[in-house]
Amino acid sequence: MKTLIKNGMVYHEGHIRKLDILIEDTLISKVGSLIEDKESKVIDAKGKHVFPGFVDIHAHLRDPGHTYKEDIVSGTHAAAHGGVTSLCAMPNTEPVVDNIATVDYVQRRAKDLGYAKVYVIAAMTKESLGKEISEMATMKAGGIVGVSDDGNCVQDAKLMLNGMRYARNFDLPVIIHAEDYSLAGRGQINAGIVATRLGLNGLTGLAEETIIARDIMLAEAAGAKLHIAHISTAHSIEMVRDAKERGLDVSCEVTPHHLILTEEACLGYDTNTKMKPPLRTEADRQACIRGLIDGTIDCIATDHAPHADFEKSREFDRAPFGIIGFETAFPALYQYLVKPGIVVLERIIEAYSLIPAQLMGLPDNNIKRGNAADITIVDLQDESFITEEFILSKSKNTPWLNQTLASKIIYTIMDGKISWQED
Amino acid sequence: MTDVPQFLGRNLFDLDDYSAAEILYILEAAKGMKEINLREYKKIPTLRGKTVCTLFVENSTRTRMSFELAASRLSADVVSFEAPISSLGKGESLQDTIYTLDAMGIDLYCFRHSSPGSPQLVHKYSGKPVINGGDGRHAHPTQALLDIFSIWEKLGSLEGLKVAIVGDILNSRVVRSNMIGMRKLGASITVCGPRTLMPTGIEEVYGCRVEYQLAEALLDADVVMGLRMQMERMTDGLFPSLEEYSKYYVLSKDTIKYAKDDALIMHPGPMNRGVEILPEIADGKHSIIVEQVANGVAIRMALMFLILGGKA
Repeated sequence: MKTLIKNGMVYHEGHIRKLDILIEDTLISKVGSLIEDKESKVIDAKGKHVFPGFVDIHAHLRDPGHTYKEDIVSGTHAAAHGGVTSLCAMPNTEPVVDNIATVDYVQRRAKDLGYAKVYVIAAMTKESLGKEISEMATMKAGGIVGVSDDGNCVQDAKLMLNGMRYARNFDLPVIIHAEDYSLAGRGQINAGIVATRLGLNGLTGLAEETIIARDIMLAEAAGAKLHIAHISTAHSIEMVRDAKERGLDVSCEVTPHHLILTEEACLGYDTNTKMKPPLRTEADRQACIRGLIDGTIDCIATDHAPHADFEKSREFDRAPFGIIGFETAFPALYQYLVKPGIVVLERIIEAYSLIPAQLMGLPDNNIKRGNAADITIVDLQDESFITEEFILSKSKNTPWLNQTLASKIIYTIMDGKISWQED
Repeated sequence: MTDVPQFLGRNLFDLDDYSAAEILYILEAAKGMKEINLREYKKIPTLRGKTVCTLFVENSTRTRMSFELAASRLSADVVSFEAPISSLGKGESLQDTIYTLDAMGIDLYCFRHSSPGSPQLVHKYSGKPVINGGDGRHAHPTQALLDIFSIWEKLGSLEGLKVAIVGDILNSRVVRSNMIGMRKLGASITVCGPRTLMPTGIEEVYGCRVEYQLAEALLDADVVMGLRMQMERMTDGLFPSLEEYSKYYVLSKDTIKYAKDDALIMHPGPMNRGVEILPEIADGKHSIIVEQVANGVAIRMALMFLILGGKA
């Protein structure tokens, strides 16, 4: 089967220009000008943009265990709707992905029924309890791409050091959600003037920063590859900048919401503005944007975290942390960063596709001959109205609910097959 | 011609939704209600046929009684819902509780909860007006109104007054609502306590002054308010002992001398005598602490009357 994408503005080798792409079966067979092929099914992308499929390395698919929030089918369907062709699933399911059987379940189910490629990040410690390290090597042989206890941040520094040393042994990146529990306390939103005004417990940036400081030092000692998830404060970014200057193997990601929103968004007690790390100050947001532009922040990941309406409809301090992200990521980034000229479109594509794939050791995601045909076609002139009906995720917990965002994903192609197509 | 403020069907989440003119209108209404409370037969038929629910997810006997007395004296039917002995204690969500109550025909909710912002949920799920009886450390507007009323009644106006509030500012909803309301009426506020009990950026958010030394805070104050110190804050490492707190922040004859000679002494209660305030001050001739409680019923009657559109 052959598909020819014609006349699109294609991201290719760092530039966006008019090119055609020929797909044969699962692979890209040709990229060039004015390709003709009579046997091909033609997608006319005139006036549209054609990007390497997005790669979201931080997502919660809730499967197994919490499938009322999301499952592998609905989660990957939502991902495809957002132009995502590959994603990394976090292990905080029930049971925790800390063993080969559960790794296998996730991979197999995604392969059989999924609309996106799912790579598994397994727990660094058994049951993510932070007591004993997991069988990382066995799981690596079974296909995992990294280890993380994510939201169950390892508080024990010695265990973290050992986890990093063991992970290095099997060439696995360690991904951290940096949060010192004693500093975080019962914090609900950023510790600052909005928390003061709303009477909510503050979650200080120090909770993130002290663990990042610790784990950079531990990673240096262990020689480990450290990836910091959803970085959110100016100080954290400074520490990463410093670590990179010193040549350490440290990388980090930022979420679209930390690039776009601040703690001010919490003023109406909307539980869809509640997540960890919390939305920070404008100064922190600006630092995130600068970090993304100058490369201190390597990539963008959504931390897609579905929660059911009945859970989010609770009192603010009783509602769970987290928001969904797949289906709003690109439109929100395009509307709030690219359109106003703050970040160039090419950087967004690198940061939400090529670089995260490299960081997690996934196959090269460039649009070029021989690579898997993972491609997203976007209409930048159109817009997305983020209604409950629009959202394919089982959960609708997004701060952009019922808002209009610029641009629309019109085709997502995974391994040469259409995984999402706008009517 | 001045516009008569409209209160019918409105919520009272916090005082920032109310203008200075509206607050003054409430005070005037409360003055009339206070007169009713001094009668032998303390009841008027104005809210006959209306049903008021006191829904207290966080315990408070005194505030709930004040709301219930207020509703009864206006002849409303009163139902009381206390969380620990009812379904919320069994894990029912607030949303489901409100749907259940609403089906019974409630006209007004007086609501207390430890979760900030939860009164908005009660309104969202019931569509009925809600009077916030205290939501976590966020707001306690009826307490602020009765405090403002108590000062206004004594001094005629809050314009230009210096108000000093001393104690656990971090955990106090009373101080937050008072700062909003009192500043609207022209008072200036100084808050005082150790740094560990001071919320981040409070000056910026509320336009108050912050002092960490009691003498500085009390200097030339027209009104001095003490706040309850709670033992449980010690476990959070916020202060070492009630004794040491008292040594530096107690309202006593020795410390109150920095304030004006006739400064009003207030406390939202319940008091820890000997911790944040000494009896010599609490029971002194400038103390209006007991009157505050009486005024609480009058303020809550005024609010219910205005919000439910009672006929004068």
